[in-house]
Amino acid sequence: MSQSDPHATALDLPPHMRPERSFQGLILALQRFWADYGCVVLQPYDMEVGAGTFHPATTLRALGHKPWRAAYVQPSRRPGDGRYGENPNRLQHYYQFQVLLKPSPPDLQDLYLKSLAAIGVDAALHDVRFVEDDWESPTLGAWGLGWECWCDGMEVSQFTYFQQVCGIECSPVAGELTYGLERLAMYVQGVDNVYDLNFNGRDGDERISYGDVFLQAEQEYSRHNFEHANTDVLFQHFKDAEAECQALLAAGARQRDEAGDGIHKVVFPAYDQCIKASHVFNLLDARGVISVTERQSYILRVRELSKACGEAFLQTEAGGAVAKESQHA
Amino acid sequence: MPDLLLELFSEEIPARMQKRASEDLQKLVTNGLVDAGLTYEGAKGFATPRRLALTIHGLTARSADTREERKGPKVGAPEKALAGFMRAAGLSSIDEAQIQSDPKKGEFYVAVIEKPGRDAAEIIAELIPGIIRNFPWPKSMRWGAGSTRPDTLRWVRPLRSILCTFGPETEEPEIVAFEVDGIKSGDVTYGHRFMAPEAIRIRRFDDYTDKLNAAKVVLDSARREEIILQEAKNLAFSQNLDLVEDSALLHEVAGLVEWPVVLMGSFDERFLNLPDEVIQLTIRVNQKCFVLRDPKSGALTNRFILVSNLIASDGGKQIVAGNEKVVRARLSDAMFFWETDLKTPLQARVQKLGNIIFHEKLGTQLQRVERIKSLATTLAPLLGANPAEAERAAELCKADLVTEMVGEFPELQGLMGRYYATAQNESSSVAAACEDHYRPQGPGDTVPSDPVSVAVALADKLDTLSGFWLIDEKPTGSKDPYALRRAALGVIRLILENNCELSLTDVIGQACSGHQRDALAAADISGVTPDLLAFFHDRLKVYLRDQGLRYDLIDSVISEDADDLQLIVRRVEALSSFLDSEDGKALLSGSKRAANILRAEEKKDGKVFDSSVSADLLSDPAEKALAEAVDVAVSKAKAAVDGHDFTAAIEALSQLRAPVDAFFEDVMVNDENAQIRENRLNLLNRIRQATQTVADFSKIEG
Repeated sequence: MSQSDPHATALDLPPHMRPERSFQGLILALQRFWADYGCVVLQPYDMEVGAGTFHPATTLRALGHKPWRAAYVQPSRRPGDGRYGENPNRLQHYYQFQVLLKPSPPDLQDLYLKSLAAIGVDAALHDVRFVEDDWESPTLGAWGLGWECWCDGMEVSQFTYFQQVCGIECSPVAGELTYGLERLAMYVQGVDNVYDLNFNGRDGDERISYGDVFLQAEQEYSRHNFEHANTDVLFQHFKDAEAECQALLAAGARQRDEAGDGIHKVVFPAYDQCIKASHVFNLLDARGVISVTERQSYILRVRELSKACGEAFLQTEAGGAVAKESQHA
Repeated sequence: MPDLLLELFSEEIPARMQKRASEDLQKLVTNGLVDAGLTYEGAKGFATPRRLALTIHGLTARSADTREERKGPKVGAPEKALAGFMRAAGLSSIDEAQIQSDPKKGEFYVAVIEKPGRDAAEIIAELIPGIIRNFPWPKSMRWGAGSTRPDTLRWVRPLRSILCTFGPETEEPEIVAFEVDGIKSGDVTYGHRFMAPEAIRIRRFDDYTDKLNAAKVVLDSARREEIILQEAKNLAFSQNLDLVEDSALLHEVAGLVEWPVVLMGSFDERFLNLPDEVIQLTIRVNQKCFVLRDPKSGALTNRFILVSNLIASDGGKQIVAGNEKVVRARLSDAMFFWETDLKTPLQARVQKLGNIIFHEKLGTQLQRVERIKSLATTLAPLLGANPAEAERAAELCKADLVTEMVGEFPELQGLMGRYYATAQNESSSVAAACEDHYRPQGPGDTVPSDPVSVAVALADKLDTLSGFWLIDEKPTGSKDPYALRRAALGVIRLILENNCELSLTDVIGQACSGHQRDALAAADISGVTPDLLAFFHDRLKVYLRDQGLRYDLIDSVISEDADDLQLIVRRVEALSSFLDSEDGKALLSGSKRAANILRAEEKKDGKVFDSSVSADLLSDPAEKALAEAVDVAVSKAKAAVDGHDFTAAIEALSQLRAPVDAFFEDVMVNDENAQIRENRLNLLNRIRQATQTVADFSKIEG
């Protein structure tokens, strides 16, 4: 695969587009790097998720044998991490840059290091390390082995070889890279407070900071997450999403049987409901209304949904299934 | 003799697995070679973050030829027996077997199995792929396009290349050719990921270490640890500071770098307002850095040591700056936790413990605190503690569980309680108890001596023990998930090392009734106390034996209902010194003789001789003297034991030695007169009764 020299590209950019000056410049540089590698560059999924992994382009596409390469930014919501805009590092809404390559290429570590170079992290100056980190998502029934990637002692990415997703063995194994964009940007911009990040790379009156974009939202969402979210409604939402997910999977299975082609018909919409249940659970958790014992059972309920979605996905074309000749002509 | 060099080059191996893996590799390969008939002079395994390596020197070049004779059935044996023999010996026809004869057995078949020796290289090539495929990693994974195959290789992280050379020192070694999951062995490795990533051609171990060293890889982890420690100390010394050594951290850090470069960073002095433990833990756990002390005051300073994996082109300026930034952020978090925590008194946090389940059947931490409070208050007067202080300490002792700091660093539980209690002006005893009530955590941990700490520590452990006994979650075999053995040992050490006299039966009963008031209203406590007491007896025996006391003596003084540990120990000690004396030894043997005679006669007659001694039937002066002496000894010993004066009790018993000896010298127990015989046997029983006041002499050996 031929790739243009990413470093030369960065230097050719006008100053306001450069990753070390501009938050959006950093995102664009990563997108350009992975687009150049051959990934489909997707847009964020239009639902609230706790991490880029929840995007169906990762969770579902990691399953089955069909090759897949995708990269995208995913806004991630962790209601419990809200700090009313007062903590310089913690946010209840932040951006992850997610790359999924199936099967994992043999030079994935090198590719990752090249992508760091593309955003201005010079491996001759910075101490980049791969430190053990076994990744697990109990709600997704997923686990993998890999590392936290450290740059001068700071964790800037998560690097995982998926072994299992939705309770199903990955075959082949996909490699997942997750970049913490705010942290990386703070690092390359030399900023200590996330709200001080230069968002658009401009100076003076034209400068827009991360705080200009997100500070008010962080304050408001912290109030929402910890104080105002209506827990009765949320408990109902959880039940509804759970029931809807199961109903949609049943409907898709029914149509599969009617068609007799072995192809499940309603997986992505069902998975949306699984995502929704997961986020509602996170909100309830932040509100402190789920006890320790109940917590485990909620996690298990979401896992059941994700497992059912994963199994159904394998019965679709994207999941690698081939339609059988219809038996009911 | 030729040498073998093997290197398995992979993506980064977790630091904590490297040492074990290099040992396993060495063991598996050397065992395999020896099993195949080779010998070797020496072997050594190595690990870095990216490679496992093994050198074996003085390996035999070829295994020896072997010849084995296998005896078979008689000539003319049934077809089935012959077939079985041929299969086992690998013969295709019975004509291939020799016929030998034996004067007894007659003629029988013998298969001669000759195996020529094999070249070591061939053995190695056959052995190693299997070792790689079945390597005992604690966790392994699949990767890449090949991961769809069911027989795909599993390794700790993707395995990238294999180097394997074999040959004598004086000649050019050869590649031992084999293939594992598409990876062909060769003579190539790679240097440091960033400083020397090029391929390197290797001949044997000597040039392997040299070339790796030139390519910025220190192969030996012990050497990497040495470099880090030495450079860290030098750097500290140059700034007039002391390194706070941490061998576990050193070991981990040495597993994260192939070429250690030690650097020093600093942080804002305002963070020194945090407790030292918090600073050290923050920097250690999150950043894997070492902290530095002022050699004069012993206090932490605002400097730290970091270990990087790179000789950076700017001398490490950016690396230090980056690490400082992260340390600053982490310490800011800790500072935020500390300041937030200080705003809310511990007292105000106690109610929040109601949200934490301790155990689903034993209620919340809040209920637990209430029980500990009540028990500690009851125990306090027995331990010389102020009951109000014990109650206060018990009230606050778990409150730090719901602080921000302990939420972030659970290992600081207790310690933070102490800091926060001190900050809100609790008495020093109350503050100390917040930390020390968790003690002792194991056989090596110190036992608190402040009576308030002792009261809360005992209450905490007794509440746990009685609770788990009530719900029948006792330790079994090697399983003890709630560390109940440790808790019982803690109770024992708290009582003994503080010379507490208290009845375990009573305090167990009190602890159980606490649980009955809470979650376990319906629980049946009747069986719990004796069972838990027996558990304490077992732990006590183990503990005292570890202290060097005789197991049989401990056994002889512990009765089923013995519930004052202090008394048990004092009894053992008094008994032990008595039995070391002449009087003691003689009395032990006399009482054993009495017991033996009694046992034999009781068996013969089928009855027990435990009636009182009739003075009228005593005729011999020796038996009259013994009867009198026994009466005196029993009443004196009983009185002394009641007064817990075991030395006096033993002294009373020792008076029996002379009359017992004289009795056996002069008196014939089995008199012709049945009445006299029975009276004398009753007298022997009195000796048993006398010694019983102190111990069960029948359980004492010797």
